[in-house]
Amino acid sequence: MKTFSIGGVHPHDNKVYSAHQPIQECPLPKKAIIPLVQHIGAPAQPVVEKGQKVKVGELLAKAGGFVSANIHSPYSGTITKIDSTIDAWGMRMPAIFMDVEGDEWLDTIDRSTDVIRECQLEPKEIIDRISAAGIVGLGGACFPTHVKLMPPPGKKAEVLIVNGVECEPYLTCDHQLMLEHGEEIMIGIQLLMRALGIDKAIIGIEKNKPDAIARMNELAARTLGVEVLPLRLKYPQGGEKQLIDACIHRQVPSGALPIEVGAVVDNVATIYAVYEAVQKHKPLISRVMTVTGKSVEKPGNYSVRFGTPLTEVVALAGGVPEDTGKIIGGGPMMGRAMNNIDMPTNKRVSGLLFLPENESRRVEPENCIRCGKCVSACPMGLEPYLLAKQAEKQMWDEMEKHDVMDCIDCGCCLFTCPSHRPLLDYIRMGKATVGGIIRARAQKK
Amino acid sequence: MKQLIVAPAPHAHSGDTVRRNMLLVILALLPAYVVSVLEFGWGALFTTLISIVACVGTEWLIAKYILKEEPTIGDLSAVLTGLLLAFNLPSNLPWWIVLIGAVVAIAVGKMTFGGLGQNPFNPALVGRVFLLISFPVQMTTWPLPQGFNGSYVDAATGATPLYYLKQMVKGGDSDAVNHLPDLWNSLLGVMGGSLGEVCALALIIGGVFLICTKVITWHIPVSILLTVTLIAACIGWTGMLPEGMTTGQYVAYQLLTGGLMLGAFFMATDYVTSPMTPLAKLIFGVGIGVIVMVIRLRGAYPEGMSFAILIMNACVPLLNKIRPKRFGEKVKTTK
Repeated sequence: MKTFSIGGVHPHDNKVYSAHQPIQECPLPKKAIIPLVQHIGAPAQPVVEKGQKVKVGELLAKAGGFVSANIHSPYSGTITKIDSTIDAWGMRMPAIFMDVEGDEWLDTIDRSTDVIRECQLEPKEIIDRISAAGIVGLGGACFPTHVKLMPPPGKKAEVLIVNGVECEPYLTCDHQLMLEHGEEIMIGIQLLMRALGIDKAIIGIEKNKPDAIARMNELAARTLGVEVLPLRLKYPQGGEKQLIDACIHRQVPSGALPIEVGAVVDNVATIYAVYEAVQKHKPLISRVMTVTGKSVEKPGNYSVRFGTPLTEVVALAGGVPEDTGKIIGGGPMMGRAMNNIDMPTNKRVSGLLFLPENESRRVEPENCIRCGKCVSACPMGLEPYLLAKQAEKQMWDEMEKHDVMDCIDCGCCLFTCPSHRPLLDYIRMGKATVGGIIRARAQKK
Repeated sequence: MKQLIVAPAPHAHSGDTVRRNMLLVILALLPAYVVSVLEFGWGALFTTLISIVACVGTEWLIAKYILKEEPTIGDLSAVLTGLLLAFNLPSNLPWWIVLIGAVVAIAVGKMTFGGLGQNPFNPALVGRVFLLISFPVQMTTWPLPQGFNGSYVDAATGATPLYYLKQMVKGGDSDAVNHLPDLWNSLLGVMGGSLGEVCALALIIGGVFLICTKVITWHIPVSILLTVTLIAACIGWTGMLPEGMTTGQYVAYQLLTGGLMLGAFFMATDYVTSPMTPLAKLIFGVGIGVIVMVIRLRGAYPEGMSFAILIMNACVPLLNKIRPKRFGEKVKTTK
């Protein structure tokens, strides 16, 4: 069975708590706050005014540039103000505040559950619909999807790689989505293949989801050019570069995008959104997120509209468990710890994880014993022990020479360190500083 | 709501600790230790006890009263150093020499550089080589295996197989072949030698255990053993061996006697003093293999494992300049 070739670790997958829980709709809140930055790139520009009444699916803010994404109203109601808020990632950003008055949708949106298979659209039209619907990568990076579908001149896409890996421990939303909406995802894959003008797609799924592999295999058997590839368990297999390596044995060079090796990678949740946007005219206004943890009363997978306060979702899962020490937006490897759960959810939050107190604290670091386990674990082939030491001593030039900018933040180094050294913390600090130095240098030229 | 803990990702940890790694190495040494005790009796127990207590005590005293920091003896690394030092000493060594060795190992070999993780040389070997140079007679008088029958102070002693192996190739002792223990005894450790190094089989079992539990990787031991095998085989093929000794036997003796197995699996693989990347580890191992064979064949001492490891320890900062293969380094072009 295939996997990526360098490094990686094996955290306990802990998916049993929320696995196979059917996707449940989260009820609408009374008030909602919709952040205008839910993607990588420029903030979206509001196109509504205070006091204006909007329906579900109406455009609230339009993309602020090529790398940006539209934001639509997930509710029907009245805009109360346009101000700033702190989103689930702890970032202050502009946001639209709404009083939710109901669930009245735009007439153009097809809300039926029928699966629509036919599509006669030209590639350009497909991409336009995806762009208009504000679709971004729901795997975590939130990179606007339409940008990926328009390769720069001279580059040609050869294969679509579908990310059904879900290598983050605890999270099960993509797994459940494949089980419940496999057919729609398969249509979405064909739409993307058509948009890219390619005839080959590979769906990568880790082997701890045998039912999802079976389901997608069954569907792929009826679809030309789509292949399901079961992958060996290893974190961070869901990382874009690692997944391409695992699926087609090509390594994206340092600093380059997947298109360099002819690959376009999209997450299954993104592809489901593509289906809904193209075939049903439904913009991206909600996502499935996993609410889980060892002591959570009703762990499960919930479909949540953006702007809903996280407290509402948590209430659905039975409230904050008594022994909670840490609440994480996302999974335990790359998710962010939050200091409260009053913030609104956004396109990026793929899960809420409640860690008990005894698993929440970092262990005091000891001396580095130079065991080299971080070097073996790094999926990018870096030397975390060295980078961390250089960051400590502020040797920024040295860090750049040792390819710190290749770090993908996966956390394998810190996960594996027997001395509990805060390796990734130092490397992140170095990466931010070195990145600043590189940008300043580019500007000077 | 109560205060939540906030920290950067990752929020999960493998659960691995320094202590766990040290404990597993100590565990892996136990089979060899059991054999040693059966063969060398009270001497083996006594020497080990002094060595461990002295190592832990020295570290504690230095940390507490000279460095004025919280002693970290709980990580068990001093225990391991003490155990490894004892493994490298003749079991009938006078107690005060063991004590000196342990103090030198920890004080000079480890704590002067700043404690765990900072020392360039394997502390146990620093201790051993210090003793070897200071007390050459006592350090090269190995007791013969007599179990608990032999007394600690006045054990029967004899030269180790490695002495005869050297004489054999040098041509100094025409009767050398007949002094060697048979191969089975070499594998099981029924022969003279340092306390813990005699039973190759037990050491191999421990080493394989360490590789399986991912405490160490295969690179260093395998490259050392392969290098020694290759050089010994070359000696055989070039016709330097006397009558009555085949190339295969010679290779087996080189592998199974002396400190080779102990060094390859337990001393050279010491985290702190070995390189990080697979390629550097292989070079490190080959270097040790070459040096140990040069000393065994031409050096003044019958055995050279300690020197070989220490010399290669000195090369580690250089070897660590070898970068691991970066992701995407070899670009496979799209057609």
